[in-house]
Amino acid sequence: MTWLSYTKALNRALGDAMAADPAVCVLGEDVGAGMAGPTLGLQARFGTDRVLDMPLSEQAFTSFALGAALTGMRPVVEFQIPSLLFLVFEQIVNQAHKFRLMTGGQARVPLTFLVPGSGSRLGWAGQHSDHPYALFVHAGVKTVVPASPADAYGLLRAAVEDDDPVVVFAPAGAMGAREDVTGQLPPVPLGSARVRRAGEDVTVVAVGHLVAEALQVADDLDGEVSVEVLDPRTLHPFDWAALRASVGRTRRLVVYDDANRGCGVAAEVVAVAAEEVALLAPPRRVTRPDGAVLPFAPDLDRASQPQPHQLRDAVRAVVK
Amino acid sequence: MTAEPAGTDRGTAAPVAGARRAAGEATPADLSTPADRYRMMRLIREFDTLALEWVRTGEIPGGIHPYIGQEAVAVGVCAALGPGDRITSTHRGHGHVLARGADPARLLAELAGRESGLNRGRGGSMHAADLSLGILGANGIVGAGAAIAVGAAWAARRSGRDTVVASFFGDGALNQGVLLEALNLASIHRAPVVFVCENNGYATTLPVAAAVGGSAVGRAAAFGIPAVTVDGMDADAVREAAEEAVARARSCGGPGFVECLTYRYEGHHTMERRMRLTYRSPEEVAAWRARDPLERLRPAVPAAEIDAEVAALLERAAAWALSEPRPDPAEAGAYLYAGGPPPRPGVPV
Repeated sequence: MTWLSYTKALNRALGDAMAADPAVCVLGEDVGAGMAGPTLGLQARFGTDRVLDMPLSEQAFTSFALGAALTGMRPVVEFQIPSLLFLVFEQIVNQAHKFRLMTGGQARVPLTFLVPGSGSRLGWAGQHSDHPYALFVHAGVKTVVPASPADAYGLLRAAVEDDDPVVVFAPAGAMGAREDVTGQLPPVPLGSARVRRAGEDVTVVAVGHLVAEALQVADDLDGEVSVEVLDPRTLHPFDWAALRASVGRTRRLVVYDDANRGCGVAAEVVAVAAEEVALLAPPRRVTRPDGAVLPFAPDLDRASQPQPHQLRDAVRAVVK
Repeated sequence: MTAEPAGTDRGTAAPVAGARRAAGEATPADLSTPADRYRMMRLIREFDTLALEWVRTGEIPGGIHPYIGQEAVAVGVCAALGPGDRITSTHRGHGHVLARGADPARLLAELAGRESGLNRGRGGSMHAADLSLGILGANGIVGAGAAIAVGAAWAARRSGRDTVVASFFGDGALNQGVLLEALNLASIHRAPVVFVCENNGYATTLPVAAAVGGSAVGRAAAFGIPAVTVDGMDADAVREAAEEAVARARSCGGPGFVECLTYRYEGHHTMERRMRLTYRSPEEVAAWRARDPLERLRPAVPAAEIDAEVAALLERAAAWALSEPRPDPAEAGAYLYAGGPPPRPGVPV
């Protein structure tokens, strides 16, 4: 049994993927030194021509990875800062994601974008604290947000093996997580949710690091409300069958999502539930505010993120 | 210019319209003789002349960016490439795609939105691609192809192949940051890329003098990339410069940069035809037309014969393309993903 940290799980997934397939390469800023964690030691193990330190040219090295993906490689691109995704939205969405359809299926585009430390790290302010996964869901790019070390390993392996572009968000709030694991971890198929806690009265869909908080809230409410916690794990393609199954039983829904409210993942989940299930109470979303820009001062930063007491209140409201 | 006696060189057989259907069967165009190069320039010229007509009649939805006038650049560069090499192209891409050897019938079918088009009718003019020929796509975003080319060149080199990638872009791309980033990446990785700047004088309507501080070759030189400027109305001048850059890149000498001074006879795109813009004087257009790349090569080849051949080829290609079926509307979401569940439809069924 191993006490596996989330960061080490990402690191092991990259190392195992590179050992399994010589086409897998890693590129990004400071990946040789392993500054962000997931690439630590990989350059010494696999060499500078498979773990490439890139100059601060995010747009060019993202398209560089696309060119390599179109011609036989299976690159993983690491971004140290979630807001860098705004800079390369063109390269990921307009170039990599659209390539296959626009060419009538002539090419596979096996590309993984890894974002360790997405969301708030408290104290890094407006341009380093975004959690923009909904943008990629909206654009149709495969998007995963692992909540646990085992899922971080399994989903990253699956993302690298996938023949389409996949963005992997590793939330800052989850990267301190540790988990007992035994033996070889399996890949986790993209698009499969996981019921983290069975319950009868209300379904809480929680994303990424908020899964752990939701489980805590569910425990706190034990005896008062029976809460089911559903971790979608993949936001696109979303496991709608799992949502249907859970909410179909509980017929009450709260979504706990550390991202901006308007047009967010929580909004989509609530919309699908409303379309497909006769809910017993209006559903609730617990999210960042509309168009949130996280302020610097820690109290303000925290006040802009969804919080456990808000989730608790929302659960109580829907079962009232 | 390499002159060969007229009438002695008939070049290679022209492709048969619609004959090459499946990906992977294609071979790059043979552009080794002056007759081959003249034939390809004639094909590009007449192809885009027909395409302009098809935009007018509605056979081509939307519009195109005609390549007419710039033929010597695509043909000169592609003549310098080998069978395993690759290209990235631009929004004005028909010339590059044809010069690399794409089937003109399937490109016409693509522009007309047919299922048997190069991209199964999913890409159209600005995204035409034939991966089996190493064409990594025309591209609707100015300057977007250069970094893709560098990545493809790096990938080939690290897998032990001596592939060279030619990346076409216009003078407008000289002011895209990602292009400058790509030049730097190519330089530090010594990537086997030949950057081909088609300087046609205008970024849509903005003249180069009003848009480009410094120069095209100055940008390349700043990144340590050898750069030359050539007459882009002369296919042989382009070919010779490209051959030098390709040979250097292939032998691990790093990237090269060729600026080709050229001109588009038509507007930026087909919408411009209706707008009667005045940013270019008729005298300027006439002066460039007088330096026509086809006329330059004409005395050296059996031109009348080739012209007739190309006309017949295009006639067959056009008839075939227009007879091909349109894609099934139920398949609008096809090819979006290589794997995974199908995306939800816009309206539940």
